[in-house]
Amino acid sequence: MQEKDVLKKRQFLSAQVDLSRFSQKNFEQATEDEKKQQDVMGESTTFFKDGMRRLRKNPLAMGSIIVLALIIAIIIIAPFFVPYSYSEIISVNGVRDKSATNLAPFEYSKLEMKYMEETGEKLFPHIFGTDNLCRDYFIRVIYGTRVSLSIGVVASVMVLIIGLLYGSIAGYFGGTVDLIMMRIVDIIYSLPDMLIIILLSVVLNETLKGYIEGTVLQSLGTNMISIFIVFGLLYWVSMARLIRGQILTIKNNEYVLAARCIGTKNGRILRKHILPNCLSVIIITTALQVPSAIFTESYLSFLGLGVARPLTSLGSLANDARGAMQSYPLRLVIPAVLICLIVLALNLLGDGLRDAFDSKLN
Amino acid sequence: MSEKEKYLLKVDHLKQYFPVRQGFKTIPLKAVDDISFQVRPGETLGLVGESGCGKTTVGRTLLRLYQPTAGRIEFDGEVLFDSGEQYDENGRLKLGSDGKPVMGKKVDVNMLPYRRQMQMVFQDPYSSLNPRMTVEDIIGEPLDVHKLYENRDERREKILSLMELVGLNAEHAMRYAHEFSGGQRQRIGIARALAVNPKFIVCDEPVSALDVSIQAQVVNMFEELQDKLGVAYLFIAHDLLVVHHISDRIAVMYLGKMMELADADELNNNPIHPYTLSLLSAVPIPDPETARKSKRIVLEGDVPSPLKMPTGCPFRTRCRYATEQCAAEMPQLKDRGNGHFVACWNK
Repeated sequence: MQEKDVLKKRQFLSAQVDLSRFSQKNFEQATEDEKKQQDVMGESTTFFKDGMRRLRKNPLAMGSIIVLALIIAIIIIAPFFVPYSYSEIISVNGVRDKSATNLAPFEYSKLEMKYMEETGEKLFPHIFGTDNLCRDYFIRVIYGTRVSLSIGVVASVMVLIIGLLYGSIAGYFGGTVDLIMMRIVDIIYSLPDMLIIILLSVVLNETLKGYIEGTVLQSLGTNMISIFIVFGLLYWVSMARLIRGQILTIKNNEYVLAARCIGTKNGRILRKHILPNCLSVIIITTALQVPSAIFTESYLSFLGLGVARPLTSLGSLANDARGAMQSYPLRLVIPAVLICLIVLALNLLGDGLRDAFDSKLN
Repeated sequence: MSEKEKYLLKVDHLKQYFPVRQGFKTIPLKAVDDISFQVRPGETLGLVGESGCGKTTVGRTLLRLYQPTAGRIEFDGEVLFDSGEQYDENGRLKLGSDGKPVMGKKVDVNMLPYRRQMQMVFQDPYSSLNPRMTVEDIIGEPLDVHKLYENRDERREKILSLMELVGLNAEHAMRYAHEFSGGQRQRIGIARALAVNPKFIVCDEPVSALDVSIQAQVVNMFEELQDKLGVAYLFIAHDLLVVHHISDRIAVMYLGKMMELADADELNNNPIHPYTLSLLSAVPIPDPETARKSKRIVLEGDVPSPLKMPTGCPFRTRCRYATEQCAAEMPQLKDRGNGHFVACWNK
């Protein structure tokens, strides 16, 4: 007993703490409570919270979110207080105002000035002026942005849904199924998309005209529908490839094997184990798909394959302004700047999302 | 018949080949080649061998995570898989008069009900838990799949009692796997395997990814759980000391074939197969005095590629006792008394 209390004396030249200076009384056994304090764990964070925290620290991504939020807020709110419509030719007191062509920003036409002098009432200003058909350009830009953005989002969602279904089936089942499905993707990949869009819009123009008359789709026009069809037919392939690749790597993880060992069915494994783990890649790619869809729409509209008149999009606005580029450069600059702004903001946001959520980079 | 009843798991002539494409040809990679063994209820069978010898494949094939190429798996008196080949008492394939193997009845059952009886604990506690799921959901998944609860409260209760069983703090049920240490993660994996109350668990190198101090904790926990629940283990590892500590019997594998099978102490004290001898001589000895005196048997050459297996006994290329007979035919596992099985012509 006595021996136990005396601690070992330090050996000569040993780097150890000289224990002979202490006795057993200097030490006290930790209580259960104190032991428990040792295994403190950090604050519980979910994957999503963690990613959002990183995203918030990224100034570029946050700036893009603010810019996009502003643009979206404006295009939603503006039509409520601007008294003009995108297809309406400006009229004063019920009379068509033929002097209101090609007005500069905040300029009033002769008729409008006369009317304001007579009644003393202030008319709503033409913030971006008017176009060659006497329409308020500001509201046309607002509607153009609406159309461009919604096409971008709808097309991306379409691409996402088709790509997700196709890619996850090919990736998960693998083998022959994968081989056949991916060869189909290769074939589609090799088709020239521009040619198909032009051919489809020509064909659909004729065939669809009768069907869509009187429906909501009519205002979009057959060109727009053919753009959607083309997105649905062609643009999902890169998404499908990406998701297949993700699933191929994830399905070899041991937790998928563990789920199979438990007896989990394929659908549940895909839903609970595989898709949540490639969610970050899916979100990022979809975010990056939106600007590319807007871009495609813009340049198709610029080529004259866009939405049906009088509805407009940013691309067709730019196309319309092309003719009078030297006299009224602002009419080309405004939609062009907006396209750049939206595409840049979405791209930066996509990059920010990737930095925040892609586990491989962390 | 009574002899048969004693076994929980009976594996006969199990083969697992994987097709490997080399240019235009597809050749089989013989990961597991004709092995047979039995596991008694509540016992631990250790399975050792160097990396790449097919230990993990045996475990996964037993649980039918891979479709076996051939063989017969019998669990708890019921045949789970039978490819139909017949063997004579010398372990040779029975051939009919036309030179083709005599085929019996083929069996391939739906594994879902049996997944409640056989489970697995995985090697890497970092990749075997889904990073997007909470501990509660990971342990609860087997309960969900097999519908083992009436309502949410019962599910919760079961999960918490499982966590307690493996020594996890119940407060951590809502946390994600990445917030735990390696040892704790392995406990989560064990709780998941125990959730369905299995009779048999394949432990696929469950401690080799852990620190030595944690290894001891986890190994001891496996033993405690066996005492409490009476579950049988197939304990796969390459650490002979750990295997000897936990196992009742030990099987030694080399290149997809079973070399020796004996009681743990018998194998340790009286190894017969030359491969087992060299394997045991490579076990580090903690005492330097004894270590200096002991002789290490160093094997010459490398492990042959499993794509180009030597004829006959796969160990003959590195064995000092190899003869012509070894090249001609693979020796069968033969009982040398006391349940000590060895597959060698010369020893």
